Amino acid sequence: MIVEFPALNLLLLMPAIGVAFNLFFGYRLGRSAVNTVSVGVVAIAFALSVWATVKLATMPPGSCLQAQLGPWIYAGPLRLDVLLRFDALAAVMSLVVSGVGCLIHIYSCGYMGEDPDFARYFAYMNLFTFSMLLLVLAGNLLLMFVGWEGVGLCSYLLIAFWYDNPLFAFNGRKAFVVNRIGDVGFLLGIFVLFSAFASHGLWTLDFAEMRERAGLISPAIATIACLLLFFGATGKSAQIPLYVWLPDAMVGPTPVSALIHAATMVTAGVYVVARLNFLFALSPSTMEAVATIGTVTAFFAATIALAQSDIKRVLAYSTISQIGYMFLGAGVGAFGAAIFHVVTHAFFKALLFLGAGSVIHALGGEQDMNRMGGLRRRMPLTHAAMLAGTLAISAVPGFSGFFSKDEILQAAYTSGHKTLWLIAVVTAGLTGLYMFRLFFLTFYGKPRLSEERFAEVHEPPFVMAMPLVVLAALSVFGGLIGLPEGVLWGNQIGAFLAPITGRVSAAPAQAVMLLSAITSGVTFIGIILALIGYVVIPTLPERLAAWAQGLYRLLWSKYYVDELYDFLITRPVLFLSSAILGRNVDSLAIDAVVDGTGEAVQGGATAVRRVETGNVQHYVLIYLGGVLLIVGYYLLSALRH
Amino acid sequence: MTTWFPVALMTAFAALVVGLMVTINAIVGPRSRDPVKGEAFECGNPPSGSAWRRFSVHFYLTAILFLVFDVEVVFLYPWAVTIRQLGATGLVEAGIFIVLMLAGLIYALRRGMLDWS
Amino acid sequence: MQALGPLILSWRSVLAPGIVALTAVVTMLVGSGLSEDESESVGWIALTGLVAAAIASLAASGDHIVTFGGSLIIDDYTAFFYLLIPVCSAVVVLFSFDYVAALGLPATEYYALLLFATTGMMLMAGAGDLIVMFLGLETMSISAYVMAAMAQRDPKSSEAGLKYFLLGAFSTGFLLYGIALLYGATGSIKLEAVAQMVRKHSIALSPFVLLGLGLILVGFGFKVAAAPFHVWTPDAYEGAPTSVTALMAVGIKLGAFAGFIRVLLIYLAPLHAQWSGVLWALAALSMTVGNLAALAQENIKRMLAYSAIAHAGYILVGMTAGRSEVGPALLYYLLGYAFANLGAFAVLVAVEQAQQSGTKLDDLSGLARNHPMLAAAMALFMLSLMGMPPLAGFVGKFYIFSVALESRYVWLVIIATLNSVVSAYYYARVIVAMYMREGAERQAQTRQPTLLFALAVAALATVIIGLLPHPYISASSAAYASAEQVLRPATAALQTK
Repeated sequence: MIVEFPALNLLLLMPAIGVAFNLFFGYRLGRSAVNTVSVGVVAIAFALSVWATVKLATMPPGSCLQAQLGPWIYAGPLRLDVLLRFDALAAVMSLVVSGVGCLIHIYSCGYMGEDPDFARYFAYMNLFTFSMLLLVLAGNLLLMFVGWEGVGLCSYLLIAFWYDNPLFAFNGRKAFVVNRIGDVGFLLGIFVLFSAFASHGLWTLDFAEMRERAGLISPAIATIACLLLFFGATGKSAQIPLYVWLPDAMVGPTPVSALIHAATMVTAGVYVVARLNFLFALSPSTMEAVATIGTVTAFFAATIALAQSDIKRVLAYSTISQIGYMFLGAGVGAFGAAIFHVVTHAFFKALLFLGAGSVIHALGGEQDMNRMGGLRRRMPLTHAAMLAGTLAISAVPGFSGFFSKDEILQAAYTSGHKTLWLIAVVTAGLTGLYMFRLFFLTFYGKPRLSEERFAEVHEPPFVMAMPLVVLAALSVFGGLIGLPEGVLWGNQIGAFLAPITGRVSAAPAQAVMLLSAITSGVTFIGIILALIGYVVIPTLPERLAAWAQGLYRLLWSKYYVDELYDFLITRPVLFLSSAILGRNVDSLAIDAVVDGTGEAVQGGATAVRRVETGNVQHYVLIYLGGVLLIVGYYLLSALRH
Repeated sequence: MTTWFPVALMTAFAALVVGLMVTINAIVGPRSRDPVKGEAFECGNPPSGSAWRRFSVHFYLTAILFLVFDVEVVFLYPWAVTIRQLGATGLVEAGIFIVLMLAGLIYALRRGMLDWS
Repeated sequence: MQALGPLILSWRSVLAPGIVALTAVVTMLVGSGLSEDESESVGWIALTGLVAAAIASLAASGDHIVTFGGSLIIDDYTAFFYLLIPVCSAVVVLFSFDYVAALGLPATEYYALLLFATTGMMLMAGAGDLIVMFLGLETMSISAYVMAAMAQRDPKSSEAGLKYFLLGAFSTGFLLYGIALLYGATGSIKLEAVAQMVRKHSIALSPFVLLGLGLILVGFGFKVAAAPFHVWTPDAYEGAPTSVTALMAVGIKLGAFAGFIRVLLIYLAPLHAQWSGVLWALAALSMTVGNLAALAQENIKRMLAYSAIAHAGYILVGMTAGRSEVGPALLYYLLGYAFANLGAFAVLVAVEQAQQSGTKLDDLSGLARNHPMLAAAMALFMLSLMGMPPLAGFVGKFYIFSVALESRYVWLVIIATLNSVVSAYYYARVIVAMYMREGAERQAQTRQPTLLFALAVAALATVIIGLLPHPYISASSAAYASAEQVLRPATAALQTK
């Protein structure tokens, strides 16, 4: 059943209104007006999402709400409208985006309370919310791509928000360029799909139509398209090989890290895969690739997280690792479980980042865990919230992360991916280890701060504490929407999403128990190791690091991947650019002549000399080369006839 | 093939003639290598001053103006010959042409192209 | 009255360019009678003429009719460019007013030449035979050579003009030779007659036609700045006064592509198999050379020159596909490209004036602080050129690439997509410089209502053409379809055979 629901337009446009307001009146009307409007528009968007979800829930399964904002591209037979569609998947995502987004906006009011650039900040944040909602609600692939690019742009703007630091600006650009590399894949994927459907006379990119006619696509084409789209997804969702930008993105304000680089944008790749599950289902080999890359990334990132000392970087690698789990879920066909993990991850990872933000805020910008410690006494509330988040991400039974991660692992096992399952279980142990390492290093042990600075440490103000409490509650209880089958009300979110994502057959109850027990056991081992290493015998890690120096340095340097990329990609491109084109033609020849004669190059002389030193002759030579090639080509082809 | 044969023949003949002339000249021609021979002009007067002498830009401007109106006349001749066939349309078109040239002349005069001060 | 019918028809085709040419003459005469200071006001005459021509472009719209014995064509394609080209020139005039004075350019000659160049561009769009095409091209080019060298105080300007002229004259020779060969082979310079002749197999594959085709590709390739015939572009763009660069980057491209697309895609369509390979290579080379070289540039005008080369490459991708679906995409792309580029150069003109600075990347540092509106506009234009959705540049690229892929030019599309990603880097550099670097505190900006108006026009067009592409795509489709009408019956006849 499809119902027209014009309020969707309003849902999308609310944040856009916020952007316009902040840009044009922000600085003029002052901080409180900006805070009120920016939070207000997102809150309204959240309320509208709730309304729409309630309406959707009362309709038969498989229905959706839709609204048309207007026509978009009508070119020949191609008709693309600005069509918003609100189905179960979009409902879950837009609740997360606007709900968690609203909390983070509130938190930002406190966090950015001193920053003179507040209006610009909130304009970007609202623009991000708008783009993300567009991505989620888009009714066709191209409109989704608009949102996809929009969130990338906002991410870039917000990473480089404090641009006074050249490193920050550089990192922003790195994120942007890496994302654009992923976009090559994404765009090519769209092109392939588009021309595949068009060759059957179906000029469309509309999800519903594509889903209906997915049978027209041959498995080979589906594999190419899905691999390309997945490559795009690895860019946005920071998976191997394009994950390198996310840790560097942590230089942005912490609420940005929480909203964009943890809770919402980076999960867009998972959303795309889930949205296009009907295509991915056509290509088993792509599914294998998705699952494998997800698992390997999860493990790989978890190992790096073990050796990092910057609190936000640890969280960044844990995000990469958790998204790996989501892709594992999607790759083994458990799309519902993957989205469920997106939701719980949004809760606890936003919480962890906001908690970390409170710590950083309280410590005046300190991010190095080696200079923290013992903060439990000064910040009991933050400590409790972080504990909830850490327990949830470590998937301790009963907490939200447990249910979603367990569902993914079970799906991996029952679908026969035993190796992947094993790696994922080991990774679960690593997760417990590195997360509790973070937790203990920050809040326990002896304070490693100077006395007077330690005395100044304080709990965050109310506007920052409130979101922490709400998110902590969600991290603890949020898993209840997706209990295992047969327990109390069962898997509500799975049932809600089922018409779109399908469901995987559940394992027998006994196996479920056994698998959960194994995973939890490994997790507890990880936690206990952390307890021993960072609370009981604090000197142990150093001795270990000294003992396995090579391994430690490898992890600490993040496997030297940045250096590798720099060597393999960045340098050759820049070399090509300057050596062959930028320099050779224009300057090398001139410089050689000018320097050779040792004359000073000045003013009017330059122009004449540049003309006289054979520069123009060089130009003519290149030109003539082109002419000769073309003429030769035609002479040859004339001779052939 | 046959249509191209004369062209090929012509080309070959041209090459032959040129080649012959150059070769014969090189073999038969007398040669003298004294300094006078190396001078720019073999007129007995030693060249003085730079060859890169500046001429007043007015020479060029006048030359250009002359050229423009010379070409105008060239265009007017065919019109004059076929004036009857072209009729009114031709008259209008030639009129536009002449008016345009006149505009150019006025512009040139206003810009002082014919001032020799 | 009956006898006047064809005459009126003929005048319809020449009305818009006629108005521009007449305005040019008037500008020249009026301006030369005024003193140095007064003569700056002739810009208003030029502006009036361009607006009048844009309105008069309506006269050229309609179904495909040839006039003046085949020399000029009336159809929606002609009208499309008769409208677009004067509008672009008018925007250039709008942001030239103070700039001309500041640089001490001779105002009368500046505006008169601008109008003559515009006339040439329009003639290229409406030309129905190769001689008029050539005439338009030369009118446009010679004016541009002079304009490029107009800033006599700046040696770089003379250099730009001289280089542009030398290479331009060089390439004109090739184009003319190509036209001559085509004439020799087909016995006509009328495009329609040529098209009919090359449809015959025996003529189409004769060495004369093929060589002529090759040399015509060279000549047009030079004008649209396709690699390897692009070598003049960076020097000429950098050295010329910025407003002239804008004219070169937008107007001349529009005129050249208008002629190129019409000649190749419509009249020489039967030779598609013969020219698509060469265009493929030109497209791939232009995109790659343009984008890679742009990465290393420190001067924005130079960077935009390479960017223009890259954009010519994207358009050539579409032309390579050569199907009639791609025509509207090309026109739409040109539309988006024109306004984004005009806007970018308008910002540069404003920056040069407001800050008394050059056009190095460093000169834009901190622009967001000093002139937030200029920076925002520049960011918008950069994003559009980059192909960021939902701006015009994105829709156009998507449109062109998807048709090219439909035609199975898979590798070309891959190269193009990769290239458009590389381009993100250097466009982003401009934004980074403006927003994320501190610049020296600059003086307050000089208020220039006309420049701001020009900027507003360009910015609005860039946004609207991208956000609501539908009317523009239908206009492009209608324009291209009416130009294609000439071939319909003949093609049908060929198929029945």
